[in-house]
Amino acid sequence: MADNTTFRLRVITPDRVFYEGEVNMVELNTTEGQIGVLPGHIPLTVIIKPGILKIYEDGNEKEAALHSGFVEILPDGISILAEIVEWPDEIDEKRAEAALARAEERLKSKTSDVDMSRAEAALLRAIARIQVLK
Amino acid sequence: MASMRDIKRRRSSIQGTQQITKAMKLVSTVKLQRARAGAERSKGYFNSMFATVNSILSKVGHIEHKYLMPGESQKKAVIVITSNRGLAGGYNSNIVKLVTRHEGWKKEDLEIYAIGGKGRDALAKDGYYIREYNTEVIESPTYEDAMVLTRHLLDSFSAGEIGEIYLAYTAFKNTVSHIPTMLRLLPVEIKDTPEQADDKAGAIMNFEPNEVEALDMLIPKYMTSLIYGALKEALASENGARMQAMDNATSNADEMISDLSLKYNRARQSSITQELTEIIAGAEALG
Repeated sequence: MADNTTFRLRVITPDRVFYEGEVNMVELNTTEGQIGVLPGHIPLTVIIKPGILKIYEDGNEKEAALHSGFVEILPDGISILAEIVEWPDEIDEKRAEAALARAEERLKSKTSDVDMSRAEAALLRAIARIQVLK
Repeated sequence: MASMRDIKRRRSSIQGTQQITKAMKLVSTVKLQRARAGAERSKGYFNSMFATVNSILSKVGHIEHKYLMPGESQKKAVIVITSNRGLAGGYNSNIVKLVTRHEGWKKEDLEIYAIGGKGRDALAKDGYYIREYNTEVIESPTYEDAMVLTRHLLDSFSAGEIGEIYLAYTAFKNTVSHIPTMLRLLPVEIKDTPEQADDKAGAIMNFEPNEVEALDMLIPKYMTSLIYGALKEALASENGARMQAMDNATSNADEMISDLSLKYNRARQSSITQELTEIIAGAEALG
């Protein structure tokens, strides 16, 4: 590495390479909480929780809704293996809001036939989608 | 010798068949291109997934984890990926044979999760228990399809209904080489690969949360990506196999047509000769 201010980010989904490039910093939500990764990080594997992926490029900032997958962090690069990840213009706002309402409804009802963990995951996904649009 | 008219009729019927096989070959060539591009796009994801899971496994070694040990049940779940349509040479029967001729497997112990109609029909006829089947997935596989299937399988695995999970599909090597493959999904096979630890410049990987929890979440994703990759490859193999089969059929038809043309010309010639002989014989009798 010539300078220590950028490192390589790769976001791969099962169907495409979502993002590939040199970045200054990456922020994302993991099961252990929000983290920001700078170049030269210790090797770390974390699991993604639905949230916003923030990519800080040279003088440029990008956001995407990242829902599930895991991240492999190495000192000179990050690979995000995402099952679902979307740019803001790929998100259907109405659908996300409907999903949010539905998930809240399910969580409130608390009947035994509702899969709580799945409803919660749906809620988090919907919140992440709506947040990234704003 | 068959009459001239019979030969002519047979020849034109073969020509008709040849037109169909030619068209089918062209169609599957186009479909193969598309399916192959799809399979290659998902390769990157799958390879990274495979490398990560392997490096975790080689690091944690043989720990007691539910996904690394066979369940108590004797039952084995087998995902069988075949096509819905035939005329693809040995494509479907090779997969079926992989299941029926597997050493040490008893018919009663197997639960089949069939994807694609041909495999289901053949195995159901043989008396195998079809636990689930789906014929639409294989037409255009999505990652969600693989996720749903993984969830069903893991639910039954965790409930102790099945002890092992296998995947039977046709691996796509290149356009002409497709290999029927049986893969064990669960328990995950640990490959002791020392070189795995060495790559990435000897970096020691840390996990957050710890390894066991990470495995809880990674292995379902790993399974999903394996199933998804298998679906994509199977689709490419299916079209490749059909393309080959139709290519063979077309050249066989060519051979038959030229054979029949020869016979037809011979029959025509001999009928002309016979007529001439008759005319000459008649003229001589008169003279």
